[in-house]
Amino acid sequence: MAVKTNTSTTGAKTGRLAKAWQPFTRVSMLSWLVGAFAAVILEQLVGRPLAYMLGLGKIPVLFGFVMMLKTPLLIPSAIVYVLLIYIFPIAIIARLTTSVGNKLSAWLLRYPMAVSALIHLILLYGTLQIWGSINDYRNLVLRLTFIAILVTLSLNIINGYMGEFSCSTPGFLALGAYGASVISVSMFANDNLFGPAIFPDSWGVFVFPLALLLGGIIAAIGSLVVAIPSFRTRGDYLAIISLAFTFIVKSFIENLEVVGGPRGLSSQPDWANFTVVFIWVTLGVWIMNNFVRSTMGKALNAVRDNEVAADAMTVNTRRTKMVAFMFSAFWAGIGGGLFAHVLRYVNPATFGLQKLAEVLAMVYFGGLNSVYGSIVGAVGFNLLSEALRPLEIYKWIIIPVLLILVMIFRPTGLIAFKEFDVHAIIAPKE
Amino acid sequence: MALLEVKHMTHYFGGLRAVHDYNLAIEAGQIRGLIGPNGAGKSTIFNLITGVYTPTEGEITLNGVNLIGREQHEIASMGIGRTFQNLRLWRHMTVLEHINMANYSHITYGLIGAFFGTPARYKQEAEIEEKSHRLLKLVGADKFADQKVTNLPYGILRRIEMARALAVEPKILFLDEPTAGMNPEELKEMMSIIRHVHAELGLAIFLIEHRMKFVMELCERIQTLVFGEVIAEGTPEEIQNNPLVIEAYLGKDLDT
Repeated sequence: MAVKTNTSTTGAKTGRLAKAWQPFTRVSMLSWLVGAFAAVILEQLVGRPLAYMLGLGKIPVLFGFVMMLKTPLLIPSAIVYVLLIYIFPIAIIARLTTSVGNKLSAWLLRYPMAVSALIHLILLYGTLQIWGSINDYRNLVLRLTFIAILVTLSLNIINGYMGEFSCSTPGFLALGAYGASVISVSMFANDNLFGPAIFPDSWGVFVFPLALLLGGIIAAIGSLVVAIPSFRTRGDYLAIISLAFTFIVKSFIENLEVVGGPRGLSSQPDWANFTVVFIWVTLGVWIMNNFVRSTMGKALNAVRDNEVAADAMTVNTRRTKMVAFMFSAFWAGIGGGLFAHVLRYVNPATFGLQKLAEVLAMVYFGGLNSVYGSIVGAVGFNLLSEALRPLEIYKWIIIPVLLILVMIFRPTGLIAFKEFDVHAIIAPKE
Repeated sequence: MALLEVKHMTHYFGGLRAVHDYNLAIEAGQIRGLIGPNGAGKSTIFNLITGVYTPTEGEITLNGVNLIGREQHEIASMGIGRTFQNLRLWRHMTVLEHINMANYSHITYGLIGAFFGTPARYKQEAEIEEKSHRLLKLVGADKFADQKVTNLPYGILRRIEMARALAVEPKILFLDEPTAGMNPEELKEMMSIIRHVHAELGLAIFLIEHRMKFVMELCERIQTLVFGEVIAEGTPEEIQNNPLVIEAYLGKDLDT
């Protein structure tokens, strides 16, 4: 799609790109996923020997970026690896299964959409699970990226869909992280703060969702501190109130010796594996996308674009704002709980300005008022910041410069104001 | 009993008396006009009745129910739809979404429906959309349903704003200068649309307007407002011949 529009803006290069893309315009999502699945299986089977043959030593974790930056001599090998393992297999399989994939997609859509959506999700899950099983680092990056999607989208609800500039996300994350951690650490871990475990670790399957929900609910209640002033305040002033909220939460936890004060809480049980993270993030994205696409959720846009008109058209603006803040905080809280259990350590210092800058960057980099944007923003930012890690301090020059460029050329972000239509994604491309 | 009744309404902005002892009684199905020079307080009266401001004194009732102290969205859902002097549209939303949004108070699927996409939600959203298309057809803007409002010409936007006000299911429609900035062609269309809507839906209309021809042709009764006070009220003929009105608009003859 994007390539198509590029061709109209001329340039032989983009023309050639469009030509190369031509055979793939009709490839359905199903075929792409099957291709990706095959690629990760291939990596599982021949990745190690191939990497060895190419002189890479080990499987490139993030598409070889880290290796390329560390030892530039390996650049050709890393590129060959990525081409052989990912690009060629995916392209070939996607192309070969185009017509079958389209037929299958069409056939699946004869059943309720949930069936087809679930099959796509299972394929995606399988692909990522296998991809992430190569090593722990990759798995960690994957889980943190998924959590980032959830948190970014939750902030997008306020900053994008409702058009308020909220800086309270780290506060919500902290509330969620501590809310969930207190439950899990106090009852399921041998911790010197809360003493030995009371219940067996195997209860985690049932307790973890409850702990996360509790964290989310605490964050939602906390969000009222920002939501109620938002009835009368807008813009910069609300931004300052929300920033104050973040600091209040941070200092509050720092001074709360019961949960470890500034030293933080550690030894969370290892409950947040990729499966759990995937399920929660998918659930969150699904629910948030449902919300913003309903007339009730579009009321957020009405409040943003013209509050007076929204009020005159029977929209209960106060309720809308309150729901938006609590809803957003709830998912940020869930994200915080997952985050704490992925790292298995939290301290209040994590939830300061640095975190805020990170989340805001993901929201504005990806695009306002857009679920696509949040996904692209979170994934892009996380992969970039991991891939550029070898550059050390220069990383924090390159990423901000990239952000500035995005803001200059696309002031609302890469993919802003675009509806995330699940049906269009899983439908056959014909 | 009149549909909308305003009695002895007075409003101050700080020390400035914007509206003084304003009275109004609109019967169901009537078309009424409010004219007056710039700054007379016409839009303030609209804002007072629709709940943007709370009047300092006086009472306002719709079908005998008190409106003072209620919130704007509540008053709107009780049956007052309005348009604005300067268009107030939602620039990132499509035309259809605008009309759908005005059904907010009729939505019954609740947050559960919004979060989980229940069948009840899709059923109701479909009903709302069908109704919205009907209203857009009524004002002759249905072919723009899927466009963003920022791409549309001014005359169409005025109609969309009116369709949006109608989606509230009003008993009375407030039009704040519906023809402002329109060319004669669009003006004629607007007039026939207002007549058509009035005949079709049988609602009362209360409008502010500067174009005398427009007001005189449409309205049954007209009030003239000067410095927040009604100086004349009557049929179009009576208003046209009222010396006070002529004075307010054209000034006093030097000889008299």
